[in-house]
Amino acid sequence: MINHTYTSSCKQMLGNLSDFIDGDLQAELCSEIEEHLKNCKNCRIVVDTLKKTVELYERCASDETNLPDDIRERLFKKLALNEWMDHQDPS
Amino acid sequence: MNQERSTIQLEKLKSGDRESFAMLVDETSGKIYNTLLQLLGNEQDAEDILQDTYIKAYRAIPDFENRSALYTWLHRIALNEALMQIRIQKPQIISIDNNEPFSEDMDIEQKDIVDFCCLPERELLSKESRHFLDQAVQSLPESLRIVFVMRDMEGLSTQETADSLGISENNVKIRLMRARLILRKKLSGYFNKFFVEEKEL
Ligand SMILES: [Zn+2]
Repeated sequence: MINHTYTSSCKQMLGNLSDFIDGDLQAELCSEIEEHLKNCKNCRIVVDTLKKTVELYERCASDETNLPDDIRERLFKKLALNEWMDHQDPS
Repeated sequence: MNQERSTIQLEKLKSGDRESFAMLVDETSGKIYNTLLQLLGNEQDAEDILQDTYIKAYRAIPDFENRSALYTWLHRIALNEALMQIRIQKPQIISIDNNEPFSEDMDIEQKDIVDFCCLPERELLSKESRHFLDQAVQSLPESLRIVFVMRDMEGLSTQETADSLGISENNVKIRLMRARLILRKKLSGYFNKFFVEEKEL
């Protein structure tokens, strides 16, 4: 394992990371972070994995999913759609 | 729902045709339910609000003006219903103006530095990983979870989120950042096992 070299400037950077990855940070602070990232591998990993975390959740949110059968059945009953209960799209 | 693949005829739907409405429910309810589950954090509430959403939608559909896609419109109804529920059940979540940007769970230690970006997609988005991702969101403190789901999963803007919750934009940003950092840390812990396994081989 790499030795822990977590400095106060790393910690300072953390506070702005979320805005940084959203591209919402002022140019000046942005270049400060970029400068820090050039020399700090740990923070680079944190930035990359933070971006990846957000990306993975975006992907999950756009998944097409079917409603569990029991919940679907109750929903159709509630909406008085019993007649069409068996017509579920197979996709 | 996939707009191009959808066979629902809007005019029939707007005229109150039951079969078209049943099709709409089947095309959209899985995703709507997932959103509600993430936001509300429990299955019973999610199911109740799911039912309320479609009851409301059926009543409102004659006025649907096609300005936005059907799914977006339904999704908006569901979000509003869920937020109303949260306001009634847990007003404290909304009123807490948590401006404390750091807490212990945000400290980053060496063990939290795992470069899981390089893992293949099939690992990152496997069924097991997705399950972990869901669990991780559910384990967030509620005030953070709601903001994270609205911003990063539902794609609402900072301003929209702030307005819906009645908190400041700055507060939305702080909560979002905390949520993201906590999740990143949890995922590091989870994906670390792939690296350990690799080393053992
Ligand atoms: Zn650093």
